[in-house]
Amino acid sequence: MPKKEEHVVITVMGQDRVGIVAGVSKILAECGANILDLTSTKMRDTFVMIILVDTSRSKVDLKVLQGLLRKKGKELGVHVSAQHEDIFRFMHRV
Amino acid sequence: MPVFSPDEVVETFEMISLSHLNVRAVTLGINLLDCISPDFDDMASKVKEKVTKVAGRLVSEAEAVENRYGVPIVNKRLAVTPVALLVESALSGVSDKEAKRLCVKLAEALDESAMKVSVDYIGGYSALVHKGWTKGDLAIIESIPDALSSTERVCSCVNIADTKTGINTDAALKMGHAIKDLARKTAGRNGVGCAKLVTFANSPEDNPFMPAAYHGLGEPESALHVAISGPGVVRAVVEKNKDLDFRALAELVKRTAFKITRVGELIGRETAQRLGVSFGIVDLSLAPTPEKGDSIANIIEAMGIESCGAPGSTAALALLTDAVKKGGSMATSFVGGLSGAFIPLSEDAGMVDAAEAGSLSLEKLEAMTSVCSSGLDMIPIPGDTSAETVASIIMDEMAIGVVNNKPVGVRIIPVPGKKAGDRVEFGGLLGSSIVMPVKNFSSKVFARRGGQIPSPASSLRG
Repeated sequence: MPKKEEHVVITVMGQDRVGIVAGVSKILAECGANILDLTSTKMRDTFVMIILVDTSRSKVDLKVLQGLLRKKGKELGVHVSAQHEDIFRFMHRV
Repeated sequence: MPVFSPDEVVETFEMISLSHLNVRAVTLGINLLDCISPDFDDMASKVKEKVTKVAGRLVSEAEAVENRYGVPIVNKRLAVTPVALLVESALSGVSDKEAKRLCVKLAEALDESAMKVSVDYIGGYSALVHKGWTKGDLAIIESIPDALSSTERVCSCVNIADTKTGINTDAALKMGHAIKDLARKTAGRNGVGCAKLVTFANSPEDNPFMPAAYHGLGEPESALHVAISGPGVVRAVVEKNKDLDFRALAELVKRTAFKITRVGELIGRETAQRLGVSFGIVDLSLAPTPEKGDSIANIIEAMGIESCGAPGSTAALALLTDAVKKGGSMATSFVGGLSGAFIPLSEDAGMVDAAEAGSLSLEKLEAMTSVCSSGLDMIPIPGDTSAETVASIIMDEMAIGVVNNKPVGVRIIPVPGKKAGDRVEFGGLLGSSIVMPVKNFSSKVFARRGGQIPSPASSLRG
């Protein structure tokens, strides 16, 4: 039986610049987090990227992934967070 | 196609990062009735063993849940069976002095257990005396000043009034003396011991907030309760929507309260499941912190009142409390605890600003408690306030709870050596405040009259 998918939402927010998508997706690939969906937009002059990933086959646990993403975010000058999708499902869906 | 819209994701980010959305506490309730023994030391060691066993994983599991969802859980706490029930059999035939000493020993055992499992507080150094007391109840009440001044994490709630029974005024006077004594014993820290003590009417059995939490007799073996937070989130929403009329504003607050409460529901469900205990309740109360903007007073002001406490404040708070209840109750499978809005003084920087500006008085705070849930909370008063006056302030608040059939508490601190207008610091989430003036007229005869104020006619149902 295939392992149940674990959906995590990666949120990237900040000033748009070259290398954000590459930088973040490189970490996801290295950790074995599979990108299921990616969208980006501008909200009130802020670049917002939302990536939905499946971490069920990830080589690292969520805490480590969060740490790596935060570090990359600092390098790129953007805010990066990784939260289980249920927080969004619970808050925004009845 | 994205599962969640950027608006939703950004809203969540803003609520957590900019408006201090968090879960105020997860509180694990633990039944200790099976620790009762006529041998005191045997009972105390069973209590330690059980608390450390049942709560051993609470902090680590709660931290894992915090990480998973990116939502901070500010406090991890325990609530146990009211200890007055545990000590009865061990105190049989023991002198009053010895009974007090043993009770303090039990408080120390609870403190050690709490420290061992790294929780912030342990509640349940409690007695339920709304219709009278037993030897165990009395020993607990009289030992409170020693027990709470010699421990760090132990909290006490004494229920002295109930809509069905009325108000035990003898207990109110005893609490007046206990509060004064506890303030004296912690005089070096501005009487902060009193922050761990609350006198209650209609205390709920599943309250996750301290110091009022205990594990009631109607509760299962153990249950996890959640206290949400979120005044900052509501304030931001109210501030952004200055042009809405009250009907539209109430609708907006409801929607916001729904989202805040859902976070509590999710965190509670998952933490309880990981611990293998029942998920109890979500307490819908908006609980402020001294953090700038995380304030109930600021929400009231955002509705168009210059400074909290000015005319209109009670109506504004009534709207807020009602909308929070309506939105919150839809968001959780089980509502419990106090579930309203909290208006502590020192823990809410906006309230303190209002007190300093002169718009907010003790009397206005009392009026406002008639439309919310916490009662008179974290209010420093002059150190020379008599025990009888403290007892009478308690009785006033108990009357509001009893007549309106709702839970209210009194947590006041007669700060030794301080007078009205002086500034006092309690530290951390307890915040700081100015000392509130108390009307300088005597209620001594009233407080010493004694006996039970009967339950109101409105309690005769059925």
